[in-house]
Amino acid sequence: MTGPLVGSIFSAAPPINFNVEALGNLFWQLTIDGLSYGAIYALVAVGYTLVYGVLRLINFAHSEIFMLGMFGQYAVLMALGFTPSGNVYSEGTLLTIFYLGIALLGGMAVSGGAAVGLERLAYRPLRKRNAPSLVFLITAIGASFVIQEFVHFVLPQLTGGELGGLNAQVPIRLVAPQEQFTLFGASVTNITLIILGAAFILALGTDTFVNRTKFGRGIRAVAQDPNTATLMGVSRERVIMLTFLLGGLLAGAAALLYTLRVPNGIIYSGGFILGIKAFCAAVLGGIGNLRGALLGGLILGVMENYGQVLFGAGWRDVVAFVLLILILMFRPTGILGETLGRARV
Amino acid sequence: MSNASFKDRPKGGVGDSFRSWWNALARPAQWAFGAPFILLIALLPLLNIPLLTTEGTNFGAVMAQFGMYALIAIGLNVVVGQAGLLDLGYVGFYAVGAYTVALLTSPSSPWNQTGPNGWLSTDWAWLACLPIAVAITALSGLILGSPTLRLRGDYLAIVTLGFGEIVRLLADNLTEITGGGRGLAQVAYPRLGVTEEFPLGVFSAGNVGKTLNSGVWWFWFSIVLIIIVLLFVGNLERSRVGRAWVAIREDEDAAEIMGVPTFKFKLWAFVIGASIGGMSGALYAGQVQFVVPTNFNVVNSVLFLCAVVLGGQGNKLGVILGAFIIVYLPNFFLGRTEILGIPINGDSIAQYKYLFFGLALMVLMIFRPQGLIPVRQKLLTYGRELFVAARRRSKAEEAEVTK
Repeated sequence: MTGPLVGSIFSAAPPINFNVEALGNLFWQLTIDGLSYGAIYALVAVGYTLVYGVLRLINFAHSEIFMLGMFGQYAVLMALGFTPSGNVYSEGTLLTIFYLGIALLGGMAVSGGAAVGLERLAYRPLRKRNAPSLVFLITAIGASFVIQEFVHFVLPQLTGGELGGLNAQVPIRLVAPQEQFTLFGASVTNITLIILGAAFILALGTDTFVNRTKFGRGIRAVAQDPNTATLMGVSRERVIMLTFLLGGLLAGAAALLYTLRVPNGIIYSGGFILGIKAFCAAVLGGIGNLRGALLGGLILGVMENYGQVLFGAGWRDVVAFVLLILILMFRPTGILGETLGRARV
Repeated sequence: MSNASFKDRPKGGVGDSFRSWWNALARPAQWAFGAPFILLIALLPLLNIPLLTTEGTNFGAVMAQFGMYALIAIGLNVVVGQAGLLDLGYVGFYAVGAYTVALLTSPSSPWNQTGPNGWLSTDWAWLACLPIAVAITALSGLILGSPTLRLRGDYLAIVTLGFGEIVRLLADNLTEITGGGRGLAQVAYPRLGVTEEFPLGVFSAGNVGKTLNSGVWWFWFSIVLIIIVLLFVGNLERSRVGRAWVAIREDEDAAEIMGVPTFKFKLWAFVIGASIGGMSGALYAGQVQFVVPTNFNVVNSVLFLCAVVLGGQGNKLGVILGAFIIVYLPNFFLGRTEILGIPINGDSIAQYKYLFFGLALMVLMIFRPQGLIPVRQKLLTYGRELFVAARRRSKAEEAEVTK
């Protein structure tokens, strides 16, 4: 009875091909490109991990904070007089860096502001009511819908159709990808250098801020034990706001780097999958652990790139999720463990 | 979930007294009151009540969609509401159910079994596939659940989210089998009521236009399935399994210490929830007769969760109401230009549905986090009845003494 069914399962052509040869040939190129994606994941993942460490909350709306950052830097560039055309502007190195810096600050300001606003409007009322964690998560999902649909429908009406809407924005490209040098036969472009450099500086800065300053000590204290931290004179509300601000700022920075890499990615739904992957990265490294998030982001970016060549482009996202499930099965607290509170005192 | 103290326990409003009255009724009496009510709901698409019916789309089709969402909400409620496991990838099970039916019966699938060489009869293919779909989704729930249910709540949420995406991406990428983005067309459906007027049967997607269209037939069929599933889930809820779920939901560690095999019961909840989701997916595949991966986005998972949370997680009637709101409201506004004489722009309201759902969720979570019809523990009810009974007796004794 089941004979034909089983037979037809085996007679179907294998739908996945293992292109090991291409992986071998492109190994270094894939690693370098993967690192530049991974750096972006890492910066977004920090926002998830810090909020989780302090509040034990999956800030589902963080992906929309990132998306707002993309629109923020885009609006700043438009205000600076760049018209969206898809062509590359060549303004000279110094001027380009200057403009990129302003766009970076714009994106960070929008994302940081939105993150703090979200905390104020959505999460604080719940904290006052001592709501259980599922309620926070549902609120985060609701906020995510609201922000997405705001950019989808309301923003184009506010800006006369220049921002937001159904389709992706026409890119404003300041930097043309140019090979700078080759490393193990792999070409390293200026965009890769900018992304890796900026991400490294930001990650180092964040790590120093959390591990070596007074504010960072407050964050770690609240993550470890909110009640004791409050008794010791740490303002919990201020720490929470600071955490959201920090996560938002990094997401805004990541937004600019992402638009350098993927100029056509500025769309209302563009944050969603990236946000899920960044969360995967945070879990991968051990959620609540700052360095874990950075490491997890890099690993995820590189692995995804390998998988994309090994199995085919459509399997890119599958690789990320399967990797997440595997890591959680064999090491349920992530690679580095959950240790924001216990990192360094 | 609720940390209500003794002081703000239910005081007995209208809903509460109705609930006590209902619970006090005997089973046959409950059926006697319930059956006309169910009949009324079943006849809604035929009655064509002016303010209730949808103007932009066919009301029967909307009600059929409501039936599917109600089934999903009941299934997800077992996982989220009763066992307290947050599942963000429930759409994955829905997709597995739909694709099982589609793969076995669509002519464009390599595993099609309806042709001359297949072992499925054309007329009964869909009904034969329904139990297969339920079984395969239950199996997929087991496969996903057994490694991941040892994880803590938040991790489980993200792993299930990943699973939902994996299922969709598999459907999208295994082009040779699932047809990829083109989808699978001409899925089987129950070929019943074949007359000259309906050469393809009343369940066919071609039966549109009239008041009694295929949507209404699917709605009636889903009502039957919903009643069966509700009886099954209700019995489980009152059994040892249901009590174990409540214990796990309220405090997993305490339940484990008290001797509840938490992993086993969590797996049970997961598998049962999954199979109900698969059943709904099979309904969907049969009704639309066409499945494509884009219908199984994560956004749908979130909508399903909205239905459960909106209605009141843990309460079966509540989640059905939630499903109704999620499906009905956007369709209610579609194509409507006025309500009771007040002019509105219904199309744009329907377009903003996710915006309004998001806002509604946020506001609801602040003011009524337990949902519109919250669950009330049976145990509390028993306790209150005991208390009332004891007081009645002591009053009677007092009266005896004063005599």
